[in-house]
Amino acid sequence: MLSVNPLARFGQSLWIEWRIALRFLADNPLQTFLISVAISVGAAVIVFITALIMGLQSNTIDKTLGTQAHIRIEAARQHNILSPKGKNQYLWVLESPRAQRLQTINNWQEVRDALDQYGVLNTVSPLISGPAFAQNGTARASIALMGIDPSRYGGIIQLPDYLLQGRFSVGAGDVMIGHQLAEDLGLRIGDKLRLDAGDNRQAVTKVVGIFELGVRELDSRYVYTDLKQAQTLLNLPGGVTILELKLNDVFAAEHWAQRFKKLTGLHVQSWMETNSQLLNALSSQSMTTQMIRVFVALSVIFGIASVLAVSVVQRTREVGILRAMGASQQQILRVFLLQGGLLGLAGSVLGVLVGYSLVQLFNTMSDLLFVIQLEPSMLLSAIFISTAAGVIAAAVPARRAAHYDPAVAIRYV
Amino acid sequence: MFNRNVTAHTSAERSVLQLHRLNKIFNANTPLQNHVLHDISLQVSPGELVALIGTSGSGKSTLLNMMGLLDVSTSGELRIQGHLVQGMSEQQRTQLRSESIGFVFQFHHLISAFSVLDNVLMPLMLRFGKPSKLQSEYAQHLLNEVGLAKYKAQPTSRLSGGQQQRVAIARALVTQPALVLADEPTGNLDTQTADEVFTLFEHFNAEHQCAIVIVTHDPRLSARCPRTIRLTDGRIVYDGPSAELPSLLTTPL
Repeated sequence: MLSVNPLARFGQSLWIEWRIALRFLADNPLQTFLISVAISVGAAVIVFITALIMGLQSNTIDKTLGTQAHIRIEAARQHNILSPKGKNQYLWVLESPRAQRLQTINNWQEVRDALDQYGVLNTVSPLISGPAFAQNGTARASIALMGIDPSRYGGIIQLPDYLLQGRFSVGAGDVMIGHQLAEDLGLRIGDKLRLDAGDNRQAVTKVVGIFELGVRELDSRYVYTDLKQAQTLLNLPGGVTILELKLNDVFAAEHWAQRFKKLTGLHVQSWMETNSQLLNALSSQSMTTQMIRVFVALSVIFGIASVLAVSVVQRTREVGILRAMGASQQQILRVFLLQGGLLGLAGSVLGVLVGYSLVQLFNTMSDLLFVIQLEPSMLLSAIFISTAAGVIAAAVPARRAAHYDPAVAIRYV
Repeated sequence: MFNRNVTAHTSAERSVLQLHRLNKIFNANTPLQNHVLHDISLQVSPGELVALIGTSGSGKSTLLNMMGLLDVSTSGELRIQGHLVQGMSEQQRTQLRSESIGFVFQFHHLISAFSVLDNVLMPLMLRFGKPSKLQSEYAQHLLNEVGLAKYKAQPTSRLSGGQQQRVAIARALVTQPALVLADEPTGNLDTQTADEVFTLFEHFNAEHQCAIVIVTHDPRLSARCPRTIRLTDGRIVYDGPSAELPSLLTTPL
């Protein structure tokens, strides 16, 4: 028997399997065409739905998180402290919950510096926030006073991007206000605005910027000033009430929130906790997409399998001849596995092109809503998965062909 | 026991094909049990041209499948060029088949998805992959010998039945097998074409020194083979020179 390098022999023998598989597919062009179209429709649906939902979700998340920190750290909530009870003592208490007065984070500079060491964090921004009144003439509005560190706050909300008029500036009596508040109080750039935080703590400031964050609640309440001015008004000299954090990975927020909670003992909330409803909606949306993808993929797999099952029966006699000509069971197996893979490949390449065009069409038709990004890696993985699915779908028919009894198969008419 | 093995070995060296007390039972140990071949023993030497005759249902095709390693016997020994087939794996049988045996079937059995030349090259391609220049040239040489060189690039469906059978003969010979098995290769052809095809068998038998076993119903063709084996109900009732074959009427059944 021949002594050939087994690897070279494997490559050599695959050559004829490729050839037979391609010829068999080309020999029945209508069948090949129809199943390729079926596969490509499936692949196109998967690509388009996946891209659409991913685009929709990342758009929703971007919009939500554009005006929000990923994690907020506040001073620990205050509780009533009860005197310890002795042995065999029962305590019946009727307590009113403690009022949560504005409270500074102890040693916030140290906490900030410690958090700065974490590579997962993009920004650590101190903020002092509390309630106040804004007054212009006789018009009054309740506001949220936001004292920020301008050098750091950009990592939380990129305020300059949201400015309608004026410039980004806080401190030295400058404030920036939402456009809704400006409308309510009839303010323009350069106008004076009186801020009143109660207990006779007042300041007269100058409006230098008007912004629109796109969230009505924020646009009618936020007044940005610097830390020092807010600290004075809110009577928390040197203090901050909140440390806002942005992460590099949005979805790691809950994980890190738990860690920072244990680390600092402070009150830590992730955006995922505060927006749990949104997150629920997103995850059920993802599940729906996943289901659609699985069922479309299943129907494609069964489509390929049924076509190949028929093809295997049609080729019974040819399989018998090939076996009599010296083809091994493995060679027959590979011929049909290759056919499955080739169908999956051809169908998915076509399908990805169709899906890509659909996405482009969507992007030009609805440029107002949002733009779907198509990752090349997603397209490649769709092709790869479809090809693998084709091979898997071919497994059962291919095994059947390989195990035909050649003496019987050759007489098959 | 020892002695028998030695004889088997020495005679195997001379034989292309050696059968010793071969039995085939279909559906053994079921109500449908069918004992098709009974204790078949025979030898075929290199370069022999043997006709295998018998009525339909006598077991000719089963015996041929057995010789061609397309089917396995229930008991007995079968040697191809000295290699004992019993106990071989499916893979080993496939390899032995691809190296030693060529087939020609009644209904030519070409693969219509391939051209005439590719059909002839198929046994080589299955074994070695992409054919070398030498292999292609040899296949064309064989096509030339069967008179079909000019059709080499055509699809097989363009050829007549006789032409297709000639392609099948070229395909059977392309691996230069020691043994060619033909199952009623002329059964589907008119007399004149059958004669032409049979002449090709004789030609290749003389030219290539390969042993050929032909199953046939046609007494004119079996008479042209030097040796005839007759099967009746799964038993060999005659094995000898064709010229001395007793007529069916006088053969004790």
